[in-house]
Amino acid sequence: MQTGDRDGDRWGAFMAAAQDGDRHAYETLLREILPYIRSVVRALHGRPERAEEVTQDVLLTVHRVRHTYDPTRPFRPWLAAIARRRAIDALRRHRHTEVHEVFDEYAYETFADAAANKHAEMPTTAEELRAAIADLPAQQREAVQLLKVRGLSLAEASVESGKSIAALKVNVHRAIKTLRRRLTGEEL
Amino acid sequence: MTDDDTMRLIEALTAKAQPVKRLRPPGLRAVIWLGAVGVAITLAICLFSDLTLLTRRFQDARLVWEMAGMLLTGILAAVAAFHLSLPDRSAAWALLPLPTLAWWFAAMGYNCYQHWFTDGWALGSSWACLKFVVGASVPLGGTLFFLLYRAAPLAPVRVATLGGLGVASIAAFTLQFFHPFDVTFMDLATQMIVVGLVVLAASGYARLRRDQTR
Repeated sequence: MQTGDRDGDRWGAFMAAAQDGDRHAYETLLREILPYIRSVVRALHGRPERAEEVTQDVLLTVHRVRHTYDPTRPFRPWLAAIARRRAIDALRRHRHTEVHEVFDEYAYETFADAAANKHAEMPTTAEELRAAIADLPAQQREAVQLLKVRGLSLAEASVESGKSIAALKVNVHRAIKTLRRRLTGEEL
Repeated sequence: MTDDDTMRLIEALTAKAQPVKRLRPPGLRAVIWLGAVGVAITLAICLFSDLTLLTRRFQDARLVWEMAGMLLTGILAAVAAFHLSLPDRSAAWALLPLPTLAWWFAAMGYNCYQHWFTDGWALGSSWACLKFVVGASVPLGGTLFFLLYRAAPLAPVRVATLGGLGVASIAAFTLQFFHPFDVTFMDLATQMIVVGLVVLAASGYARLRRDQTR
C-alpha cells in the first residue's frame, strides 16, 4: 500500500514478502526497523540496558504476530502500536517487580550467579535435583531447562519457547527460589 | 543485553521464520463467527422451544426492546473484540457496544422495577437462568476466544472483556426463547449479575494467561 511514507511503504512490502516465506526480506526488515523501535522504546525507558531488553521483546512480538499485518494497510502504525504497547507493558512489569521481587541481573544465565557455585556445599544428588526440577510448575520448569540445563541465552530461549524475555527471567528467578527452598530449606 | 545480542536475535528469528497465513479482515471473521452462532441458535430454537408460547410472549413490547438491546450488544461487542485483537486498531472500538448496552440495561432496569412491584423478592427460575447463561456462554466463549487468540492480541484483557460481554449478551438473548413463562424481578437481576460474572471471568482468564506468557 502506498501511503507517502517511503520507509513505511518499503517495510510493508518487506513484511508482505516475509509473510510469504522470504527470509531475506524478513532479515532486511528487522534490521531496518530496529532504529525506529529503539527510538519508540527509549522515549519510555531511560536506562539503555533495559531499553535494549524491551527492544528485543518488541522484535519477538513482531515475529509472533506478523500474521496480523494486513498488506493493504500502512505498516508504520502497526509497528508503532506494537512497540508502544510492549514498552508500556514493560514499564508496568518493572514497576510491579521492583515492588514485589528482588532480582540479581546476573542470575538468569548459566553460572553467572556466584551462588550457583555453592553446589559443593549442598548435599544434593543429581537425582534429587532432577526430581525437584520435574516438580516445578510447567512455566518455571521450562525456563530452568532452557536457561540452566541447556544453557541457552535469554534471546535464544525466548525464540525457542515463544515466551518473552521478561517472562523467562521471572520464571527462572522463581524456579531458583523454589529449588533452593526445597533442597536446602534456605530462603533466597 | 547488548546490540550484539539483538543482532543474534534477528538472525535467530530469521532462521526460524516460516511462511504464515494472514488473518482475514476482522469484520469478515466476526461475520463468520456470528453466522455460525446464529445458525446454531436458530436450530436450537426450532427444535426445542415452544414457538406458540413465544409468539404470545413477544406481544409484550418491553420484552422485545430488551431482547433487541441484548442481541445488538452481543453482535457489536463481538465485532469490537475482533477489531481490537489486532495491534493497529483504535482503542475507540471498545466503545462500540456501549450505547446498546445502555439501552439493554435501561430496558431491563425498567422491567426489574415493574416486576419488583408485582413479584417482590420471589425467586422464580433465577437458578435455572443462571445455569443457562453460564452453560451457553462456555461453548460460545470457547469458539470466540479460540478465534480471537489466533491474533495473539496485545491487550488481551480488553479483548477478552469485550468477548465476554458479547457471549454473555448472546446467551442472555437466547435464554428468552427457552424461558416460556413470565420473569420475576429476581430473574432479571440474576441475568444482569450473571452477565457481569461472565465478563469478569473472561477478563480474569485473559489476565492470568497474559501474566504467564509475558
